[in-house]
Amino acid sequence: MDMVETRRETSAFSDALAVIGALVGLALGGFLAVASADEAMKFHGVVLALGSIAGAAYVVLGGGRGETGYYMDGPIKFAAIASVFWGIAGFIVGDIIAWQLAFPALNLDLPWTSFGRLRPLHTSAVIFAFGGNALIATSFYVVQRTSGARLFGRWSPWFVVFGYNLFIVIAGTGYILGVTQSKEYAEPEWYADLWLTIVWVVYLVVFAGTLMKRKEPHIYVANWFYLAFILTIAMLHIVNNLALPVSFTETKSYGLFSGVQDAMTQWWYGHNAVGFFLTAGFLGMMYYFIPKRAERPVYSYRLSIVHFWSLIFLYIWAGPHHLHYTALPDWAQTLGMTFSIMLWMPSWGGMINGLMTLSGAWDKLRTDPVIRMMVVSVAFYGMSTFEGPLMSIKAVNSLSHYTDWTIGHVHSGALGWVGMISFGALYCLFPWLWKRRGLYSMRMVEWHFWLSTVGIVLYITSMWVSGILQGLMWRAYDELGFLKYSFVETVDAMHIPYIIRAVGGLLFVIGSLIMAYNLWRTARGDESTELAGQPLVAAAPELRPSLTPAE
Amino acid sequence: MLSKHGVFERHTWLLGLGTLIVVAIGGIVEIAPLFYLKSTIEKVQGMRPYTPLELAGRDIYIREGCYLCHSQMIRSLRDEVERYGHYSLAAESMYDHPFQWGSKRTGPDLARVGGKYSDDWHTAHMVNPRSVVPESIMPGYPWLAQRKVEDRNVESKLKTLRAVGTPYSDEMIKNAKADLMLQVDPDAKGVKEFQARYPKAVVRQFDGNKEYISELDALIAYLQMLGTLVDFTKYDASGPNLR
Repeated sequence: MDMVETRRETSAFSDALAVIGALVGLALGGFLAVASADEAMKFHGVVLALGSIAGAAYVVLGGGRGETGYYMDGPIKFAAIASVFWGIAGFIVGDIIAWQLAFPALNLDLPWTSFGRLRPLHTSAVIFAFGGNALIATSFYVVQRTSGARLFGRWSPWFVVFGYNLFIVIAGTGYILGVTQSKEYAEPEWYADLWLTIVWVVYLVVFAGTLMKRKEPHIYVANWFYLAFILTIAMLHIVNNLALPVSFTETKSYGLFSGVQDAMTQWWYGHNAVGFFLTAGFLGMMYYFIPKRAERPVYSYRLSIVHFWSLIFLYIWAGPHHLHYTALPDWAQTLGMTFSIMLWMPSWGGMINGLMTLSGAWDKLRTDPVIRMMVVSVAFYGMSTFEGPLMSIKAVNSLSHYTDWTIGHVHSGALGWVGMISFGALYCLFPWLWKRRGLYSMRMVEWHFWLSTVGIVLYITSMWVSGILQGLMWRAYDELGFLKYSFVETVDAMHIPYIIRAVGGLLFVIGSLIMAYNLWRTARGDESTELAGQPLVAAAPELRPSLTPAE
Repeated sequence: MLSKHGVFERHTWLLGLGTLIVVAIGGIVEIAPLFYLKSTIEKVQGMRPYTPLELAGRDIYIREGCYLCHSQMIRSLRDEVERYGHYSLAAESMYDHPFQWGSKRTGPDLARVGGKYSDDWHTAHMVNPRSVVPESIMPGYPWLAQRKVEDRNVESKLKTLRAVGTPYSDEMIKNAKADLMLQVDPDAKGVKEFQARYPKAVVRQFDGNKEYISELDALIAYLQMLGTLVDFTKYDASGPNLR
C-alpha cells in the first residue's frame, strides 16, 4: 500500500471517528433535553445537540478542505475571531455591571440582568472566552511556527476550538439562568466542567503532539510557558471542581470539600488561574510576539530559564494571601504571603526579559503602535506584579482586602497586561493568517492604544481611591472609641469613583470596537493608503520582501 | 548548571513532567494538612447541618451570586469584630459545600446577620433595598417572593450532601420534604421533633405570605440562621483550637 493511500485511509478513519463523536454528543444532548426535569439542563441538552450537529455537518460537508498549507491555520482563525467577539461581549457586560454599581436601578429588578448573575458572565467572558481563545489561537500558531511542524491531528485542533467555545456558551448561558457552583472563576457546574476536561485533554494532546513531531532540536521558550499553562490549568481545574451532582439530569451539584479546606483549594485554584491562565500563557505570547514584531532575539536565554522555573514553582504557593486573618491557619497565611513577595522577582525577571528584547529597537515604539501596545502591556505587567506582592503583605491586606483596591489591581493586570498583549498579538495575527500586506489601519491602532490606556488609568486610579477610602472608613474610630461610619455611609462614598470607573471601562470598550472594525477590514483584504508606512513585519510572511529571513 | 537545561528543551515529556512536579509541591504542602490539623477540623458545640428550607435558601443565595458582594468571614481585626461580631471560626463553615467566605464587601459581611433584622425588614429589603436603606446599591429581588420554592430534589440534595460528608441522618432524609413545609408553619404537627433534629431552627412564616412557600421564605430562613448556631458565651476561645 502506498503512502497516499494510507493517508487517505487515515483521513477517512478520523472523519468517521469525528462523526461518531458528534453523534454521541447529539444522543446525550437529546437525552438530557427530553429526560431532565431541570429547565436549564434541558436547554443545555439542546445546546449540546445543536453543537454536535454543527460539528458533524462541518466534517461531512468537507470543512477544512482548504487547509492544504504546510501549517494548519483554520482553527487559529476560528479562535482569533472568537477571541475578538467574546472580548467585546465581556467588556460590554463588565461596563454594564460597573454602571449598575453606580446606578442600581440598572439591575432592572429581573433575575437575568442582576449584578450577581452578570458578574460571573463578565469574568468568565473576559478570562476564559476572550483570554482563552487568544491563548488557544496564539499557542497553535506559535507551536507550529517554532517547531516547523503542522498541528497534530486532523480534527483534534478543530475539536479544541469548537468544543472550547461550546463550553463558553454552556457556561455563559448557565450563569444567566442561575446555574453556578459559586466558586469564583470556577462557576460552571459539574457537566460543563466535565466537558471542559475532555476539551482540555485534547488541547494538551494536540499541543504536546505538535511539539513531539517538531523539526527543530529545541523547544522554544514560548512553548514552555504554553505547556506549563495547559498542564497546570488541567490540575487546578480537576481538583477544584471535584463535586457530586444531585442527579445526572440536574444542573446542581455539591462540592467534595467544605469550609476552610474548600476555601484553600478554591484560592489555590483562583490565584493560579491568574498565575497560569493569565500569566504563564500570556508570557508565552510575549515570548513569541514581542521578539517577532521587534525583529530582535529574546534579551536573555538564561533569564528565560530562571524566570520560567521560579515563576511556576513560586506561583502555586500564593493562594493563601486571599485568606489573610480568616479561619485559615496562620502558618498557611504566612507561607502564602512569603511566597507572594518572592514572586515579585521572577515576575520582574519576565518583565525585564520582555522589555529588554527591544534593546536597539526602541525607536519602534514611536513608529509601530502594535509594538507600543505590547510594550505598555509588559509595563502594566510589571506594575501589577509589584502591586500584588505589596497587597499580599498581611498588614496591607487588612486594609485592601474586601475593597475595590483588589478590583483595581485585577484590572491593571487584566486590562493592561492580558488585554493589551492579546490586542498586540491579534494585530500581528490577522494580517499573517489572512495573508495580507498589513493592517487595514495603523491610525485606528493608535486610537485603540490611547483609548485603552486612558481607560485603564481612569479605572485603576478610581479603584485605588474607592478601595483605600473604604478600607480606611471601615476602620475609622471617633474620639469616643466607637466605629465612625456605618457600612452604608462607606457605600455612599463610592459613588463618584464608581462613575469614573465606568467611564474608564467605556473608553476601553470603544477601543475594542475600533479594533474589531480594523481587524474585520484587514481580514476582508481592504488596504488603506497608509500601508507604505507600516513595518515590513506587519505583512504575512509570504508577502514580505525576500530580504527578511524566511519564516 | 544552566547548560544542562537543554535536556528539558529536547524532550517534551521531560519538560511536562518537570513542570508537573514543580507545580504540585506548593498545593500539597498548603492543602493536605488542612484535612488533619485540629484547628481546621475541630468540632464546635452547636454546629449542625442546614434544615431543608435553609438549604433551599442557601442554594438561592448561591444562584443569585450573593457571595460576589457579601462575605461570610469576619476577620480577627478589631473593627470587624466590633462591626460584625465574633470572628468566624473554621468550624462555622464546616457544612458549607462550597464555602461562602466571599472576596469582596460591596455590601456588609453576613456571617452573623441572623437575628439582626426582622423578617419584615428582610422582606421589604429583598423586594426593594432602597425602601429601607436609601443609599443601598443592592439589586432588588422582587421575583423571589413570587416564586414557589423548588421541592423537587430536597431528598436527593440531602443525600448528596451526606455523600460528601455532611452528617444528615436517615430520619432527616426521610422527613426532608415534610421538614421543608413545616418550617414556615409554627402550628404544624411535628415541630418539636423537627427542632430536635435541627436544634435552634426557627419555625415561622418568614415572608408574611401564607399561600405558598416562596423562595423568599427560604432565603430569609437561611439569612436568619447565619452565625446563630455557636453560643459564644460558652465557646472557649482560649482553648488549644485558637490559632
